[in-house]
Amino acid sequence: MTANLKVSKKNSSTLWSRFSTLRELGIGVVTLVLIILVTFRSNAFLTVDNFRDIFMAIALTVIVACGQMMVIVIRGIDLSVGSVVGLVGMTVGMMIRDQMNFSMPLAVFIGIVLGFILGAINGLIITKGKVPPIVATLGTMSIYRGLVVVVSNGQWVDSYRIPAAFLQITRMPIFGVPALIVYAVLIAIVTAVFLKYSRTGRQIFALGSNPNAAEVAGIPTDRIKFIVFCISGTLAGFAGVLWASRFGSVVNDMGAGFELQTVAACVVGGVSVMGGAGSILGVVMGALLIGIVGNSLTISNINPFLRLTVNGFLILLAVVFDTYIYRRLGKSK
Amino acid sequence: MTKPSNTLPVLQMQHIYKSYEGVKALVDVQLELYPGEVHALVGENGAGKSTLVKIIMGVIQPDSGEILFNNELVKMDNPQIAQKMGIAAIYQEASLFPDLSVAENIFLGHEPLTKVGAIDWRKMNEMAVKPLEELGIKLDVKRRVVTLTIAQMQMVEIAKALSFDAKILIMDEPTSALTSHEVADLFGIVRKLRDAGKTVLFISHRLEEVFEVADRVTVLRDGHFVETKPVKGMTREELVRAMVGRNIDNMFPKLKVKRGELVLEVKNLTKAGIFNDISFKLYKGEILGLAGLVGARRTDVATTLFGIAPADSGEVYIDGERVSINGPQKAMALGMAYVPENRQIHGLVLKSNITKNITLPVLKEFSKALIINQRKEAGRAQEMHDKLEVKSAGLDQLAQELSGGNQQKVVLAKWLSTRPHILMLDEPTRGIDVGTKAAVHELMSKLASEGIAILMISSEMPEILGMSDRVLVMCEGRLTGEFTQKEATQEKIMHAATARSLANGDTVLLKPAEKA
Repeated sequence: MTANLKVSKKNSSTLWSRFSTLRELGIGVVTLVLIILVTFRSNAFLTVDNFRDIFMAIALTVIVACGQMMVIVIRGIDLSVGSVVGLVGMTVGMMIRDQMNFSMPLAVFIGIVLGFILGAINGLIITKGKVPPIVATLGTMSIYRGLVVVVSNGQWVDSYRIPAAFLQITRMPIFGVPALIVYAVLIAIVTAVFLKYSRTGRQIFALGSNPNAAEVAGIPTDRIKFIVFCISGTLAGFAGVLWASRFGSVVNDMGAGFELQTVAACVVGGVSVMGGAGSILGVVMGALLIGIVGNSLTISNINPFLRLTVNGFLILLAVVFDTYIYRRLGKSK
Repeated sequence: MTKPSNTLPVLQMQHIYKSYEGVKALVDVQLELYPGEVHALVGENGAGKSTLVKIIMGVIQPDSGEILFNNELVKMDNPQIAQKMGIAAIYQEASLFPDLSVAENIFLGHEPLTKVGAIDWRKMNEMAVKPLEELGIKLDVKRRVVTLTIAQMQMVEIAKALSFDAKILIMDEPTSALTSHEVADLFGIVRKLRDAGKTVLFISHRLEEVFEVADRVTVLRDGHFVETKPVKGMTREELVRAMVGRNIDNMFPKLKVKRGELVLEVKNLTKAGIFNDISFKLYKGEILGLAGLVGARRTDVATTLFGIAPADSGEVYIDGERVSINGPQKAMALGMAYVPENRQIHGLVLKSNITKNITLPVLKEFSKALIINQRKEAGRAQEMHDKLEVKSAGLDQLAQELSGGNQQKVVLAKWLSTRPHILMLDEPTRGIDVGTKAAVHELMSKLASEGIAILMISSEMPEILGMSDRVLVMCEGRLTGEFTQKEATQEKIMHAATARSLANGDTVLLKPAEKA
């Protein structure tokens, strides 16, 4: 009675196709083209050292963007991540200042827990207070940033007061690769697997895809929102510790404006601003693309102030493209 | 009596009552569903079908009455309970997740897991094919739902319901957005479901579909249960009579008016995907009733004539001359007025007072050089206000504070102040109390006797029969009937309102109406 089962054309779907769609392919192509173009322009570009610099530069963005991506998927935005980075960085910085024997794992752990708490606060304001994410995180963005000065009493933590071991957290080589890059890669992989292979992960996408249907379908919408914001806060907290380690000093405005970079990485990486669609692979590629652009501008000796403009232009381009694809593929009524 | 086989009913609803703010939506309604049957639920607009379905789905609770599932008393406090019992509603895209794949949609929340607790994608994709195959559907389960047609989305919904082991599937007007080919496919699936022992509750206005696919039919009228009978052996006339047969003793009297000259003639008016080949004449002094079911596109014809959304082809003649109405200004200049269906959104400026609302379209009359003569304006507003006997606290009262009936009077006052020759009324007495209804009807009669030509769109049968000199009937964008007042009966009008198409027999695929 039935025709033969044609579930998948090739039984061995590649790792790539398992995690991506057309959108990521597009970004990949653009990135490749860009690399080729820049290589022609300057032969300082295609070197291991340079690429290591690029990866180091985008690692923190990737880590926090993994959380931001989930928030955007559920049709929200977390504007507080930059302030979380600052607050956690400053708190941990104050704790380890002059404490040359402070346990590094403990410092990291404290940072993560603090980030989780700050994210949970966002989650509560949004689910219990019924405040829209953009408004809630706009508020906490200011509150957390204000607390940075309270915690620091207006002071900084200069580099000579930071334990050497702390600086090593991001620098120590793991199989030859700077630890920071390894952390970013691990977090990206874990997040990607979580989103794809866990029921909660699928519920996150469902919630963003059709919030009205989600309730009816029995998805615990408030719980999901809360979880997502906790994750975002936790990753931002972790990034706060790493930030202090990487830059070797802790100042009051660290992380200011960082949230926009994470949003940019998501948007350029194909995370739909309408919600419900996006991938970690895309986010990584988005961050990479932005990083390469910045790097190539530096290498090519183009005016560094142009960087911000080019950055903004890229984001706009990505959103236009995103909306175009969204309209083509769906809502063909 | 009417049992299809000697089995127990899967769902029994008895003595169901439901009221909303004094309006009786359901009065002593009963429903009995058996496994392995296709059961149609029919009735006019407002008969109570949606309310009954919402109660079955657990979305709302009845004021009183009993629901038995497999002979056990149940309380459907929320949709989750209904779903657990195996009641599923097929809503089309409203309850699917567009960005997720077909397989994901079918299994969301109960995806198959591997030994380590991760989602087993391969297994899920394989398992998703099964319910679709049983229904005879070939679909790539990895496709995102947003890329599917409405018909395909319905299939996914059905497959999803089956994956939850649904016993009762409820379909509300499932064929409204399908081509005839897709309808045939859907019916094939409905029959398969029935043969597999499921129950399909099927709500439809399209009576020929009821006869084609249903085993039994339940008729509701004005919130009351009329009857449940097997479809076999029933005639269309019987069904229609059950749907509309009521005592019409509150027909509003219409003054006999002599019909004047031809003032409006419409020829072959067509708007692709909306309405097709509309032709009619409208004379001075007559009230032309335009009947039909919701979705018949009557409002679209009116808004096209008024210039809000121009037609693709066809001709319009006013007083014998061909006109092209490309906007409401032009329509008004030609002496037309249109009182819209939704008075709050399209008829009033709620936050403005009565004066401003009434004089809005004719401000030029009281203004010299951009400055409004407020005394003159208030004078005119008072005149119209009194003429229509608007009950208010004064001209300064805000429109939003008025009752529905008085709001409608203000809208009428507004349009009457433009002194139209052709007045188009869209559901003029919807949601208005009986007293004001009568007042509006008297006003309409008076206007007709003054020589105004009136086109009255209405879904209320007594109003159509009582007020119209002639009745036109539309169904899904086509004219399907025309009767004089003498000829018109409820049955004839209902027949025409549910006739699917006229001559050719092929259906025009209409874009779904934005509002039900």
